[in-house]
Amino acid sequence: MADVERHEYDVVIVGAGGAGLRAAIEAHARGAKTAIVCKSLLGKAHTVMAEGGIAAALGNVWPEDNWKVHFRDTMRGGKLLNNWRMAQLHAQEAPDRVLELEEWGALFDRTKDGLILQRDFGGHRYARLAHVGDRTGLEMIRTLQDAAVAEGIDVFMECTLRNLLTDGERVTGAIGYWRQSGKLVAFGAKAVVLATGGVGRAWRVTSNSWEYTGDGIAMALEAGADLIDMEMTQFHPTGMIWPPSVRGLLVTEGVRGDGGTLRNKSGERFMFNYVPAFFRAETADTEKEADAWFEDKKNNRRTPDLLPRDEVARAINTEVKAGRGTEHGGVFLDIATRRSADYIKRRLPSMYHQFKELADVDITKQQMEIGPTLHYIMGGIRVDPDTAAATVPGLYAAGEVAAGMHGANRLGGNSLSDLLVFGRRAGEAAAEYSKRARATKVDDTQMSAFAQRMEAPFEKGGDENPYAIHSELQDMMQSLVGIIRRRDELEEALAGLERLRARAARARVTGSRIYNPGWHLALDLENLVGVSEAVTRSALIREESRGGHTREDFPKTDPEWGTKNVVTRKRDGRLVISTEPIPKVPAELSALLGEDKPSGEAATGVKTAVAAGDD
Amino acid sequence: MPDVKVWVWRGDASGGDFMPYKVAADEGMVVLDVVHRIQAEKAPDLAVRWNCKAGKCGSCSAEINGHPKLMCMTRMNEFAPDEHITISPVKTFPVIKDLVTDVSFNYEKAKTVPPFKPKPKDPDGKRRMYQEDIERVQEFHKCIECFLCQDVCHVIRDHEENKQSFSGPRFFVRLAALEMHPLDANERIDLIRAKHGLGFCNITKCCTEVCPEDIHITDNAIIPLKERVVSAHYDPIAWALRRIRGKKDEFAPPEPEPPSA
Repeated sequence: MADVERHEYDVVIVGAGGAGLRAAIEAHARGAKTAIVCKSLLGKAHTVMAEGGIAAALGNVWPEDNWKVHFRDTMRGGKLLNNWRMAQLHAQEAPDRVLELEEWGALFDRTKDGLILQRDFGGHRYARLAHVGDRTGLEMIRTLQDAAVAEGIDVFMECTLRNLLTDGERVTGAIGYWRQSGKLVAFGAKAVVLATGGVGRAWRVTSNSWEYTGDGIAMALEAGADLIDMEMTQFHPTGMIWPPSVRGLLVTEGVRGDGGTLRNKSGERFMFNYVPAFFRAETADTEKEADAWFEDKKNNRRTPDLLPRDEVARAINTEVKAGRGTEHGGVFLDIATRRSADYIKRRLPSMYHQFKELADVDITKQQMEIGPTLHYIMGGIRVDPDTAAATVPGLYAAGEVAAGMHGANRLGGNSLSDLLVFGRRAGEAAAEYSKRARATKVDDTQMSAFAQRMEAPFEKGGDENPYAIHSELQDMMQSLVGIIRRRDELEEALAGLERLRARAARARVTGSRIYNPGWHLALDLENLVGVSEAVTRSALIREESRGGHTREDFPKTDPEWGTKNVVTRKRDGRLVISTEPIPKVPAELSALLGEDKPSGEAATGVKTAVAAGDD
Repeated sequence: MPDVKVWVWRGDASGGDFMPYKVAADEGMVVLDVVHRIQAEKAPDLAVRWNCKAGKCGSCSAEINGHPKLMCMTRMNEFAPDEHITISPVKTFPVIKDLVTDVSFNYEKAKTVPPFKPKPKDPDGKRRMYQEDIERVQEFHKCIECFLCQDVCHVIRDHEENKQSFSGPRFFVRLAALEMHPLDANERIDLIRAKHGLGFCNITKCCTEVCPEDIHITDNAIIPLKERVVSAHYDPIAWALRRIRGKKDEFAPPEPEPPSA
């Protein structure tokens, strides 16, 4: 049997971004013996890259704001596919979670009265995002990191967990390897909280780091847990596109929140052509009104540049397909004509720095060239809204890896608050569960089997370059399972995934086990391909366009599909896809949402003369 | 575009050497892109850390032609066409493999920093701070923990023996951020002197020069901390007050005699 280092905990948290750290702090505070296990060094998880802010109805800038408006905005932004209870808890608890960060030392930008300042973002009726310039994620992760370290919580850094251990009924721990030494390590645990983020590395143009290989989703699926909404992927409308080296890097929505506008190559403010009926009542329909909104937000409606991300990304895609894009296949984002250089450098320092250093563009004088970049997955592990419990006992999930909260499309700023609200809830529930659960026992046979799978690439003498396989996967998902999808392309992708899976099994690994990225990638490919298949199969089933999922062959938003989640399970080694009704919104909350439903036809770039959502 | 050629240090704790690699160039390429292309095409086991690729996470620190830098923010067009380019791991920390070093020193030091402890809230339950009062601390909060300041600091770069009693510029920034936080009520001054070794720093500003976030580490963090230590420990009034209040300074070396009035 393979030599495996062993540890025992009550609660093991996988991932050390906002959700994982918040879960760990909570579980520890509730007396559970808690470990954090993370792939990178502490403080480097994806949360560190978050820019624009944390959405919370603090009401510091707009006293009219409250959880009900935030709930409404979140549900409508998610095209009403959200789990209503998660959206409710999130809207209600986000302010406390933000204020709690302040208790732990975070320093948000301030209003004139000394309170936390809030900024405008897409889909939020009021300026709602607590922020620190455009480096909010850094403030958040460092605050949580320092709090976790101060509490003395055990952290296993640069340690990749690959599989959940189970006893056929519930989770008993997890197994993986130390990146630095290549040695195997297993954690026995009564409860495991997955906080591993998404799967952006399956696409070519992405804002996501190497860590985003779908580990948590794949682990949960393998352990028998349900996934939902896997077809719901978010293309953030504004990623850098030039030079090639930076393609996909995020340009914060804060640029638009603070006055930036989108233009095509002829200088046209094209977003006015893409206002769907669902958002028309609250969106300006002339440039004059949109411009006036930046100065007087009470008496004007907001600019269509700040429509939810799915709308803006599709609009950009359509403009480019229609030949109205820029030289490098994007559109322009301009803040220089509205705001002073001082304002831009103060509000958006890292955007200024990023463009200046990496693209030789001075955003205080020049337009940015931007285009959609795969940023987030709304789908993921199905969880109980109150406890973040997955459908396998002892397993919990919080943050991007969990699903339901954001429905078909996530609003900007709702991710950081999601991490805190459901990270805390997951940590609490996991700790309480661990107190009542009877002792678990790791099944040595199962552990050995997983250990062998990890060691296999060294022994098999494969003939495929894992980097080449990954690159082909990214190209294929980008072109066949991208912003606009259709049946034949999705079917082609499924066939392609089968071929890539077979090749990944023959990945060639050279060198020692010490810090060997080729080996790590060879193992990651299994998760990347597996989760890509879940996305593709789910996308094939949902024959409508809604939020982050747009079908060229089914461009209409179908009210019938608006009542269904697409559910993915793994049974006997195969993915089984089905649909199940989404929980019905209770009447008192339903009243907050308005009578209308998302409708109309999504712009797919085919019928370029027709605006999105015109019905 | 012509190919790019770089020399990458390959090896582990037992030793290593620079190896030449040539790969195709792209417009706008940064050093990290070159390293990734080498991994993909020539050396799949080449070890390197990275995450954000945008200067926000501080993972990809290395020495490029001997200068401590982030690989993701170093453009290839900064070099002359035929310049000999070397990429090596940061020197201050032990090599694990290739460009990856053991930076656990920093995570151990982090455990010794007394955390933030907030003052009571305002009577209405809110917390008020004014932008002008937090700006200097926000500068410190820009730190991305790339540890380049630690790498370049000669107190530990050339003197392994000092690591025990010296925390380095990163932690002076951290301590300054806590000490200057308008809401913080914790005590750290004695510790800063006795345990974090602030006195070792002779303000050569090397740390400030390499900081990719342009934090004025020496002027804004280290020097004000030194002043605070001096006024707490060598100011006769502060000394007398502490004696009267009976505060113990458990970490302190023997107190100097207060100067006679």
